[in-house]
Amino acid sequence: MSFIVNLALGLLFGVGLIVSGMADPAKVLNFLDVFGTWDPSLAFVMGGGVIVAFIGYRIVFGMKAPILGGKFQVPTRRDIDGKLLAGPALFGVGWGLGGFCPGPALTALGLGSTGILAFMPAMLIGMWAARMLSEGGAKLRAA
Amino acid sequence: MTEFTPIASLVGGALIGLSAVLLMAFEGRIAGISGIASRLLPPWGGEALGGRLGFVIGLVAAPFLWMTATGEGVMQTVSANVPMMAAAGLLVGFGSVWGSGCTSGHGICGLSRLSPRSAVAVGTFMPTAFVTVLLTRHVIGG
Repeated sequence: MSFIVNLALGLLFGVGLIVSGMADPAKVLNFLDVFGTWDPSLAFVMGGGVIVAFIGYRIVFGMKAPILGGKFQVPTRRDIDGKLLAGPALFGVGWGLGGFCPGPALTALGLGSTGILAFMPAMLIGMWAARMLSEGGAKLRAA
Repeated sequence: MTEFTPIASLVGGALIGLSAVLLMAFEGRIAGISGIASRLLPPWGGEALGGRLGFVIGLVAAPFLWMTATGEGVMQTVSANVPMMAAAGLLVGFGSVWGSGCTSGHGICGLSRLSPRSAVAVGTFMPTAFVTVLLTRHVIGG
């Protein structure tokens, strides 16, 4: 059941990316190119997403528990550490180089462009490396 | 040049937000794509992977559903510069996990929950992305 629900929601998310134009790295890069061929569309995507999520989360958090069981798992940390600055700083550079963040990259994968075939394995290696470093560090600190 | 599409982008953004809200309603989880994708990689903890795998398959399958349903293609211009795209992938993958989120988890989900950590993350990756494009398009490549 969880698989089917997630599959449907992944499809909805991906269709949202396509409708919004964010599946096209050129639109993302043009949003970032304020002094050139600026295309403000991405701000409208963020706006639409944040408004719906802001209202929707309020309704959902009024429920006792998630429909499929378990508990609501919401990040509770409020501390600002070096990782929270270094990670997004590096992420932004990569995003500005390729025009892909993880969602649109997955949506682009099946279309099989040369660029995504170079980007995707590298992204997965980067994610894995960050997890290993992070979790390895956590284990060392705990020991 | 790409065409400015305020209405389509607002509607598409709302669909992304709806997906995030429904994921919270059904599963109780944040729709952060870097978190969902990176936890599919080893090492695996005891948690079930089926849900996350389903979400990723949905994302990958979305353009095919779109093309079948509408008969339209998916507009896409992707750089074919392999070394640059590989470097971009490494940075995006590493940075999103190191910083606990990407454009979806921090951007849409975090900002809508008024999370201070997400505000800091977005306030950091937006400037570095703007500067990167400024450099590649107008200083080095310009």
